[in-house]
Amino acid sequence: MKRRDFLKSATGLAAGAALPAMPSVISSAQADARSETLLIVSEGGPNNLDIHGVGTNVPGYEVSWNCYDRLLSHEMKSGPGGVPYYDRDKFKGELAEDIKIDDMSVTFKLKKNAKFHDGTPVTAKDVKWSLDRAVSVGGFPTFQMSAGSLTKPEQFVVIDDYTVRVDFLKKDKLTIPDLAVIVPCIVNSELVKKNASEKDPWGLEFTKQQTAGSGAYKVTKWTAGTEVIMERNEDWVGGPLPKIKRVIWRMVPQAGNRRALLERGDADISYELPFKDFQEMKASGKLNVVSLPFSNGIQYIGMNVTKPPFDNVKVRQAIAYALPYQKIMDAVLFGLGNPMFGAAKDKATEVAWPQQHRYNTDMDKAKALLTEAGYANGFETTISFDLNFAGVNEPLCVLVQESLAQLGIKTTINKVPGANWRTELNKKEMPLFTNVFSGWLDYPEYFFYWCYHGNNSVFNTMSYKSAEMDRLIDGARVAAAAGDAATYDTDVKGFVDLAYADIPRIPLYQPFVNVAMQKNISGYQYWFHRRLDYRAMAKG
Amino acid sequence: MLTMIGKRLMFAIPSLIGVVIVTFLLTRALPGDPAAYFAGPAATKEAVEQIRKKLGLDRPLIEQFFRYTNDLAHGDFGNSLTTGQPVAAEIRNRLPASAELTLLGLIVSVVIAIPLGVLAATRPGSWVDHLCRVTTTAGVSLPVFFTGLVLVYVFYFQLGWSPAPLGRLDVFYSAPPTVTGFYLIDTLIARDFEAFRSAASQLILPATTLAIFSLAPIARMTRASMLAVLSSEFVRTARASGLSPATVIVTYAFRNAMLPVITTLSMVFSFLLGANVLVEKVFAWPGIGSYAVEALISSDFAPVQGFVLTMAVMYVLLNLVIDILYGVIDPRVRLEG
Repeated sequence: MKRRDFLKSATGLAAGAALPAMPSVISSAQADARSETLLIVSEGGPNNLDIHGVGTNVPGYEVSWNCYDRLLSHEMKSGPGGVPYYDRDKFKGELAEDIKIDDMSVTFKLKKNAKFHDGTPVTAKDVKWSLDRAVSVGGFPTFQMSAGSLTKPEQFVVIDDYTVRVDFLKKDKLTIPDLAVIVPCIVNSELVKKNASEKDPWGLEFTKQQTAGSGAYKVTKWTAGTEVIMERNEDWVGGPLPKIKRVIWRMVPQAGNRRALLERGDADISYELPFKDFQEMKASGKLNVVSLPFSNGIQYIGMNVTKPPFDNVKVRQAIAYALPYQKIMDAVLFGLGNPMFGAAKDKATEVAWPQQHRYNTDMDKAKALLTEAGYANGFETTISFDLNFAGVNEPLCVLVQESLAQLGIKTTINKVPGANWRTELNKKEMPLFTNVFSGWLDYPEYFFYWCYHGNNSVFNTMSYKSAEMDRLIDGARVAAAAGDAATYDTDVKGFVDLAYADIPRIPLYQPFVNVAMQKNISGYQYWFHRRLDYRAMAKG
Repeated sequence: MLTMIGKRLMFAIPSLIGVVIVTFLLTRALPGDPAAYFAGPAATKEAVEQIRKKLGLDRPLIEQFFRYTNDLAHGDFGNSLTTGQPVAAEIRNRLPASAELTLLGLIVSVVIAIPLGVLAATRPGSWVDHLCRVTTTAGVSLPVFFTGLVLVYVFYFQLGWSPAPLGRLDVFYSAPPTVTGFYLIDTLIARDFEAFRSAASQLILPATTLAIFSLAPIARMTRASMLAVLSSEFVRTARASGLSPATVIVTYAFRNAMLPVITTLSMVFSFLLGANVLVEKVFAWPGIGSYAVEALISSDFAPVQGFVLTMAVMYVLLNLVIDILYGVIDPRVRLEG
């Protein structure tokens, strides 16, 4: 190119670049499409469409839940505020039309008209293959299956084309509920086997990119980190045909923009917004904001009991009296949480979890306990939190820091990046920290088994060990399986009392899951996994 | 010319090798354990170990490195764990989105900044000069995400003139068949004018945000360089010879003032690629910047390495283009490799 030509073309380019402003125009065909389409905006999207995959993230669970069926699912009941809430104790068939529970096994008869998205019928061998897959692939799915004592492929027996039996390894009350969580989904075995390889016998690479199920929706387009588009499966037999034809799920990283999209009426549903936004939207009344407590979930302050000063129960009790509970409820959560503190002195312990403890902010008592423990002048320590949830964790830790300073306890705040948080929890070296635990299966002994038992799982973040605690937890599990209500009740009350007397972790509140949606959206249901179920939703 | 390009590219190879080694080591030195992260919230120690094995992270570092370079040589950038996709495909899909936005931002900025700079230089101390100073100072001192959020708040939320900040197209349009990856061009090729309009209106706010940010260096550099040229002897001669002011400024002065401006443009372009990260976040733009940041947050090695490598290659190419442009603009500049 010659110098002169270049200069000429450069000026030409500049002149042509003045862009006219263009208003957006929506044609009428698109307006129709809008009324049958649900537009969801959230911060993060799935990284894998198959919950059996390696490291599938939580948004991926939502896809699995809506695009795959399970043998059975839960009935709905009316929850807090009249919002439909899954019924922990009542089951219904999804792919199964008949469920027969015997002493040491359960038999499922499959619906004969159930078909996968590609038209092949759902048969017993698909069920067996899928459950074998769940207990064999390793990682999270296998772990979740084992929580219901489902660990061996031999437990899943094909009786005939449409009948499957699941044998119990031992009596476990959690086996049936565990078959209704997201993991034991039924996969199109022939289709996936065709796309499997020697290196990848379970076809995880294939199902990562596309859904191969029989569920109410199928993914038609997925651009990772940008959007997921799902279309209704017109032949779904797992329940009544959903009203929403199409779901567009867009990732909008900026919380402020998600709120703007909702308030302008462009987006239908959003979650993962700051509490302050939810509280303001609730107050303005333009949108429906649903706030429901996490089932079996608690945000707590944990203390490492293996090292001084927190190996001393008096110090732990002192901290429990020194936390600014009410301030946290008001200034951090804007009231969107259930308090877990300050139960009346004479209130009897219930056979329930979560429940309030009897500690309350009482600085004099805290000071006295600390002096008794030999720390009259306080001590120095570090409080750690997960930066992924900094919106809640950071102000919470600052309030705790302020409050503890009144006892002479100098706390340094340690912010742990999200990627590093699990590693840090696993090391079990942080002296003082805040975290959330919430179990899919809503049973007290399940929570305690993971969080307080001496087998020291990742979630026993305090490294708490007590022979009495183990005895009570194991006792409750055995009693639950055997249906021995009296022993169960005593054991549950026993371990709750012990957990609150020894107080290795101090429950603060039961967090809320908040979802904001347009007024014309109905049919939101609360599920244990806290993600959206599009199948019951309707627009207009 | 061709030998010069060839030589320049040869010189780029050692720096690219350096980039490969440094990014590999840096990503490994990041705190955080990808295995623990991807094992999920409910993982036992054994589950974490299983994942680690599956990801090949239990191998010695040197073996991981050779496997990585071997894959690279075969054009395989690895798989992202957060999005679950091959990195090469993701970068190929996302790079045009970032490039379209950045280029448009740059063009808008050049169209405003260069005339502004020239006018300011020809009338120093006048109201144009002050306007130039105020806009550039304001533009450079506002952080991009802030400008972006303000624009969204005013033009989308309050006035409703702008479409929802939901990425490159309105959700109800489908993307045009990919030819160049630039939606403005692809929609025209597909003769889908409604989609073109949607793509253009989605671009206005983010491109303006980038333009506001990059106005300052271009306008300031044009002004300074024009001032220097205007006070030089050949301009005085041209004026004395009775040439019209327009000819003096555009034909003689401006052309000579362009070299430093081109250098600044290349620097601004690199800035903008960086600033893009924030703008992409604000406008939910599916570009490579937001991709790289998300990968970094979750210690996802492969995309970070792929991103840095792509950027390094782009810088090499950009520098080459600028050097060639020098030669085209100024015949005195002859670069010999």
